[in-house]
Amino acid sequence: MIRMFSYAAGAILTLVLMISLFGTVSEAIQSPPEETVEHEYHREAKALKLASDGPLGKFDRAQLQRGLQVYTEVCAACHGINLVSFRDLSALGYNDGQIKAFAGSGNFWKIEVPSVNPDTGEVATRKATPADRFPAPYPNDTAARAANRNALPPDLSLIAKAREGGAAYTYSLLTGYQRQPAELLKHFPTAKTPEGLYYNPYFANLNLAMPPPLTSDGQVSYGEGSPPATVDQMAKDVSAFLVWTAEPKLENRHRTGIVVVIFLLFATMLGYLSYQNIWAEAKRKVAPKGPLDPGNQAKRAHAKRKAGMDK
Amino acid sequence: MSFSWAKPYQPTSELGKWFDDRLPLPRLVYGAIGGGYPVPRNLNYFWNFGVLAGIFLMIQIITGIVLAMHYYSSLDGAFNSVEHIMRNVNAGWMLRYAHANGASFFFIVVYVHIFRGLYYGSYKAPRELIWMLGLVIYLLMMATAFMGYVLPWGQMSYWGAQVITGFFSAFPIVGEPIRIWLLGGYAPDQAALTRFFSLHYLMPFVIAGVVILHIWSLHIPGSNNPTGVDVKSEKDTLPFHPFYTAKDGWFAGAVLTAFALVLFFAPNALGHPDNYIPANPLATPAHIVPEWYFLPFYAILKAFTIDFILPAKLWGVLAMFGSILLLFLLPWLDNSPVRSGNYRPVFKRFFVILVIDVLVLGWAGGATVTPTVVAISQIATAYYFAHFLIILPLISRHEDTLPLPSSISTSALHGELQESAPIGTSKTATAAAE
Repeated sequence: MIRMFSYAAGAILTLVLMISLFGTVSEAIQSPPEETVEHEYHREAKALKLASDGPLGKFDRAQLQRGLQVYTEVCAACHGINLVSFRDLSALGYNDGQIKAFAGSGNFWKIEVPSVNPDTGEVATRKATPADRFPAPYPNDTAARAANRNALPPDLSLIAKAREGGAAYTYSLLTGYQRQPAELLKHFPTAKTPEGLYYNPYFANLNLAMPPPLTSDGQVSYGEGSPPATVDQMAKDVSAFLVWTAEPKLENRHRTGIVVVIFLLFATMLGYLSYQNIWAEAKRKVAPKGPLDPGNQAKRAHAKRKAGMDK
Repeated sequence: MSFSWAKPYQPTSELGKWFDDRLPLPRLVYGAIGGGYPVPRNLNYFWNFGVLAGIFLMIQIITGIVLAMHYYSSLDGAFNSVEHIMRNVNAGWMLRYAHANGASFFFIVVYVHIFRGLYYGSYKAPRELIWMLGLVIYLLMMATAFMGYVLPWGQMSYWGAQVITGFFSAFPIVGEPIRIWLLGGYAPDQAALTRFFSLHYLMPFVIAGVVILHIWSLHIPGSNNPTGVDVKSEKDTLPFHPFYTAKDGWFAGAVLTAFALVLFFAPNALGHPDNYIPANPLATPAHIVPEWYFLPFYAILKAFTIDFILPAKLWGVLAMFGSILLLFLLPWLDNSPVRSGNYRPVFKRFFVILVIDVLVLGWAGGATVTPTVVAISQIATAYYFAHFLIILPLISRHEDTLPLPSSISTSALHGELQESAPIGTSKTATAAAE
């Protein structure tokens, strides 16, 4: 009874799937999927090596500091990092005084933190303190869109984890702006980059609302002893900085991981030895076969004797 | 508990005796996972995965309880509270990564556990209820994992909730009201997030309860074994402790090491980058995909593309639910008296195809939809249903099985060629073919 039911159910489902398959195949033959401009011209992120890569990776603090400088002077005009507090900058090697000065400095942070006037209770603003988050560049999303031709600059705190490719992606995007290839327009005449957008093959749909942010070498003046501030170097530095904003506990994680894995390997080894010990008597005893089988050994000896090889 | 030679608990101390007379808890533990539980002596490493599943359930419950102390289930707060855990809570990053990757490892070990049961016929009499309770645990796990994935309220959380609750709207008339009832609104919103949090906290304890029933029912007939032959004498078994505690112990260490490698060195490898973008009901992600452990079912759902009598979406939803529900009937669909796949040459071949088929479905579920991918998932889905509903009942009726060893101990202690030889290479298999 249950078999009849199951054969019938199996036959019906298979039939429906075969009809679906027929539909898929005939659809594919009648109207083969068109090549899309994204499929042809979108490129995978360029390779990027950072000090924080790999199981033993650590942040390069000098690079993070340069990255913070690039973020502050370039990116912060439109993008926030609202999950990062000024106090977190101690991880970059700054001391309390430097952080306090940086947070309260009107040079960088034109936007002050919303507050309340303690005397009148009226809405007011105050300078940021180390306990505050980095200020957002716009009061709200509507203001951000209004200032950017209706495009919303995303918050960058987590961008290195929120995009396929991570830091390599942000680095590629920042250095990937180029003229739209003439060949592309020949094949896809309708795919011309619209007015106000910028062609970038590392962006998923190729046309990006963000104007090239890093345009010339030396745009940010790095301090003494730093590598020259080329566009490539600035892009690398800010990408490294965004890895830190996305995963500030990366070094803790790597350090803890090494200790935990060593401990577990040691414990597993001890466990394995005690397992061997406990099972020594209970293990399967395999009957000897082939050349080790006593019967075969006797036969071999007999054959040797017969052949006169045994003296 | 189940065999006459099982050693009864004997308290070794006065205190132990005093306690045992009043509350025989030590007796229960001794009989369940101690020296009083005889286990077949020939279990291979596939039998370690049940204990591993229990370990990962405990890891999930412990990390989850602590995470819940820092998480807020509010639309504005959920995403940021997860980031607060990652940045400001002491070792919060470790708890959260352990919980997220612990879910993946829980599914990995449970999948190995399920396929072990499929291969060695552990669902057959007298273990049907163990199998069915296991499936109930699996269904509860899927519900729990789905609701847990919604809690961070990232893009994939939101759109995953939208898609999965949308399954119910495929059913005519009652579907849409059910969906609205489940969500507490027309789309995933505050009501949905709060109830998902509440249920996500409840379900693991329900799972733990069903696990107790699962283990209880296991202890009546005792464990199956790689030969599938019933335990006949004391020679066939070893006490659980110290033999299997030692074997489970070191193997759990090895699997936890693998878990630690992922947790500490590739914690986001099994997740989706889009879930680090806060939920936005106005921006649909380019590709909505569930977590990896649901991908085969997602492929089955998407394989039905034609409105044939019923709408395609309803076919897909019915097939997706059916693909798991049919496993409840497995003990009766496959009623071959031989349990272990080692003695079922035809079954063994189809089992290998099934494993590949499910892996292909998993791949197809995650791949970008192109006609080739759709066609492959349609063929793979057809095979999945044909395997369980047509092929397996036919095999169980017509297959020539290999001779079984007379007992576990003859198999385990003497030439175990039949037991361990791969397809077609064992002497008996060749002899049977001739």
